[in-house]
Amino acid sequence: MSPFFALIGGVDPWIFAFSFVTVAATVWMGFRSAKTSKTASDFFVAGRSVSVGWNASAISGEYLSAASFMGVAGMVMSSGYDALWYPVCYACGYLFLLLFIAGPLRRFGAYTIPDFAEGRFDSPLFRKIAVCFVLFIGFFYTMPQMKGAGVTLAYIFPGMPYWAGVVLVGAVITFNVALGGMKGITLVQAFQYWMKMFAISVPVFVLMAVFGFYNNHVGANVAAGETSAPSTEVTRKALVEKAPKDNAWIAPFGPLTTKAVNAAAAALPTEKRAAYLAEHQRPYSLLYTYSLIIALVCGTAGLPHILVRFYTNPDGAAAKRTTMWVMILIGVFYVFPPIFGSIGRNLMPELYSGVGAKGTDKVVLELPTLLAAKSGVLGSILSGITCAGAFAAFMSTFSGLLVSMTGALAHDVYGRMLRPQASAAERMLAFKAAAVLVGGVAIGLGCFVEPLEINFMVGQAFAIAAASYFPLLFMSVWWRGMTMKGAAIGMLTGGLCALGAAALTNLGTLALDKGPMGKIFAGFAPLNGFWAQHPLLRILCEQPAIWTVPLAIGLMIIVSKATSAQVPADIRMKMLVLHAPEKLGLKQEYIQEHQAGAGH
Amino acid sequence: MRRQLGLSVACAATFLIALIGMPLLNYFAPAQMATRVAGFTLSWLILGVLFFPFVWIISFIFIKRSIALEDAEVELVQRSREKI
Repeated sequence: MSPFFALIGGVDPWIFAFSFVTVAATVWMGFRSAKTSKTASDFFVAGRSVSVGWNASAISGEYLSAASFMGVAGMVMSSGYDALWYPVCYACGYLFLLLFIAGPLRRFGAYTIPDFAEGRFDSPLFRKIAVCFVLFIGFFYTMPQMKGAGVTLAYIFPGMPYWAGVVLVGAVITFNVALGGMKGITLVQAFQYWMKMFAISVPVFVLMAVFGFYNNHVGANVAAGETSAPSTEVTRKALVEKAPKDNAWIAPFGPLTTKAVNAAAAALPTEKRAAYLAEHQRPYSLLYTYSLIIALVCGTAGLPHILVRFYTNPDGAAAKRTTMWVMILIGVFYVFPPIFGSIGRNLMPELYSGVGAKGTDKVVLELPTLLAAKSGVLGSILSGITCAGAFAAFMSTFSGLLVSMTGALAHDVYGRMLRPQASAAERMLAFKAAAVLVGGVAIGLGCFVEPLEINFMVGQAFAIAAASYFPLLFMSVWWRGMTMKGAAIGMLTGGLCALGAAALTNLGTLALDKGPMGKIFAGFAPLNGFWAQHPLLRILCEQPAIWTVPLAIGLMIIVSKATSAQVPADIRMKMLVLHAPEKLGLKQEYIQEHQAGAGH
Repeated sequence: MRRQLGLSVACAATFLIALIGMPLLNYFAPAQMATRVAGFTLSWLILGVLFFPFVWIISFIFIKRSIALEDAEVELVQRSREKI
């Protein structure tokens, strides 16, 4: 009994109650909705009776993950200005999707990216290649969600180790998906968006009313060249040793983008350091910033679980209006997390000294408890609300990813490659087995990533999407000379390079950890020594998009030119379907002709 | 379709100029971008707050024009069909 009491001791009943109700309500809503819509086509067609407002809320609900809810605030707190690029590009990446990809892809009538890959090039082989990236991007995206779960549970139950939280939450969601709940139903996802919006905005307004507004908290930092802080209304706590200095935190090209150069300078003799920093620091951080922007903006347009949602729109005009509302809904949301970050820097600097689950990634959860000293139970209630929002964030995104990855494994790998003759019951069983397998791998990976920042890991998933799916979609929608070989070689090379670079970066960072992870990954420690010699290579590994995206597009063009005899024969018709307005009725004719010809 | 692409490219160009321009301004005019506006630095205010409405305006203009273009195209085709 004693470990149980150690776990329960120190648990705030309000925080626990809010979190528990959220989990129970989400599971219940998922099962209820799953009962009324059984088949995959129900899920897609159901959206057609749904208004633009609901649809936009649902897309936003699926998109806002643990990275948006907890990670952005934690990263703004730890890195300052440079971290603002994350929320800005997460929201603005949708503009690229709207301008170039969403409309044509929707008209083509393919439900997923592998569907599109097969239809555009008439190649079932290419479909199989494209499916691999659903899994690659998916696993990179689930790791930060798992860290969000571990951090939140370690916060609610102070006695619980990080890995136990990951296993518990991961198992609940995995079984929920395997048993048929949480199919990404529009209503549930839309509810999740408003839940997250409420959970982030209400505590922010209360905190600002009590402790001073956003501008005063940013203004409490003394920038370079200033003698005193512009606003003195905020009472700050003294910064700890590990916290970045004011002038580095508030200005561009701060700790996030100059880390590699600083590490390289630290390896030099003292007298050479200043000259080295003056020469390399700013150019390298500019490079870092651009690479980050490319990864996030292009990556948004290539996320497999988001594009699917655009087919729930009845027509092109509604799809475009939905995208605009998505940008407004998530844009409004993304104003709030940096406020948490800047208030946290002034009022809770002790988080800078914490590592892993006790570090800055939990600032959103813990900051409202400051109110407890002033107004008693209100602090606990608001902290409970942000915990509930965090649950909504990682549960919705993790289930969405799990459904799309399980679908890829069960439908494409098992149903098409391993046993095409499988019966319906066998397929159902395969879906459940695949869900448990994917969930298990995600939980296993999640246990290792405690020392890594949530937001940084999501950025890596975006970088892989930007170098694989984005070039594929962008080029095949707008260039008729593309061949299957060109698309496949470009996507595989770009995507695998980005994947390898991201994995190396993480292994190097894990080797630096002072806890148990550092011992497990100690073999990769020489990597950090190498990077200290070559900071440019470190930046290109940490943010690979600046070379992998052009590499993928370049290879696509070169190989397609070399194999130009293999351009699909009906390419004119395909381009017309992609780009002509639906009202002209071309799509229907194409589909009928295509079905008669290919016997689909 | 060509006019649609033109519209897309024009909107994307506006967006990209702002997106590529921000780091360049930070790089070449750090003193101006560090000017304080109600406690924020100018750079923080633009990126953390004003960038979102800017993108909403671009997308609003794009959607209005693009739907108008589609309607015009459909009308044109239908008229030419009626003549035949």
